[in-house]
Amino acid sequence: MTLEEPERHKLSPEEVRRRRTRSIAIALALGFMVLLFYAVTIAKLGPQVLNRPL
Amino acid sequence: MPLTADLTAGAAPRATLAAGPARPSTGEVRDYVELLKPRVMSLVVFTALVGMLVTPSGTHPVIAASSLLMIAIGAGASGCLNMWWDADIDAVMTRTVGRPIPAGKIRAEEALAFGLFLSCASVLLLGIIANWLAAGLLAFTIVFYVVVYSMGLKRATPQNIVIGGAAGALPPVVGQAAVTGTVHLDSLVLFAIIFMWTPPHFWALALVKAGDYRQAGVPMLPNVAGPDATRLQILLYTLVLVPLGLVPTWLGFGGLAYTVVATLGGLAMIALAVKVYRRRAGREADRAAMELFAFSILYLFLLFAALLAEHGLGLWRNVPGLSL
Repeated sequence: MTLEEPERHKLSPEEVRRRRTRSIAIALALGFMVLLFYAVTIAKLGPQVLNRPL
Repeated sequence: MPLTADLTAGAAPRATLAAGPARPSTGEVRDYVELLKPRVMSLVVFTALVGMLVTPSGTHPVIAASSLLMIAIGAGASGCLNMWWDADIDAVMTRTVGRPIPAGKIRAEEALAFGLFLSCASVLLLGIIANWLAAGLLAFTIVFYVVVYSMGLKRATPQNIVIGGAAGALPPVVGQAAVTGTVHLDSLVLFAIIFMWTPPHFWALALVKAGDYRQAGVPMLPNVAGPDATRLQILLYTLVLVPLGLVPTWLGFGGLAYTVVATLGGLAMIALAVKVYRRRAGREADRAAMELFAFSILYLFLLFAALLAEHGLGLWRNVPGLSL
């Protein structure tokens, strides 16, 4: 029994460039979200976060 | 991939795509940004920021700025879903034919997924960052704009932009809820100002672009009630809007600068609305309508800029004898 290869669209160089640009944009957005979560966490905890028994 | 528009009576108003093998996304990053209607987003950020500032809250600036970002993303998401739903009429209107979906740059289902993801993310994150009242108001704004306005009212009634204008007027309320945890009269007054500003603003444009709207099958007031009835409605709404613009002075959160701007700007709005009402034919009529359309943007901008300067930069000065 042989499996047929699914029909695939071959990307043109322009489509590869656009995909790469989109990937970079998604990576930057995710990085920004990490920083945002960090900043919001610190802001919500406030200075009292350091005032605890060790 | 070409977009086909189905404008037959009763057809589901939705973009369809030519059949063929599944293709990868071909959109540029800027096409996705365009889906978010960045100019509308900037107006939303501006008005929501004023809503945050008019009532002192002592909120941490990082929380306030992050909340503002989520409100902006929520507004962008609703714009994206609006473009998904309206892709068929965008394809036949000169003003909107270059948008990413009708231009074939982004597939309709991609825009739907993008808009839904951003809607859910912005609401959930606003709830976590600020509070769930603000998140609920943002969710209501998105649903109202997409489901009530875009899917329901826009193609059904000439009162579409009157009722639908509530979605565009809510950002100051959401902004205030994000930093105070409640809704005050101040932000409701700002809501009322934007709500009453919307009809004369859009109907002035609709007078000039009536042909476009007729071609797209959108029942704007000039196409249904006629241009003269629209001119009367523009004048009446403006006569309500201008005194409403002075309510912040009466309530005390509009200071001297705001009062001057609201008075002079309001008089100019009335003068332009009277001009639109009186000039009813030819290029003069179109010019008067476009003048009102352009000035209405400046008027709203100046009102909110004055409040921003007074409350954000500490320029508020009392107006003796006018405030409560």
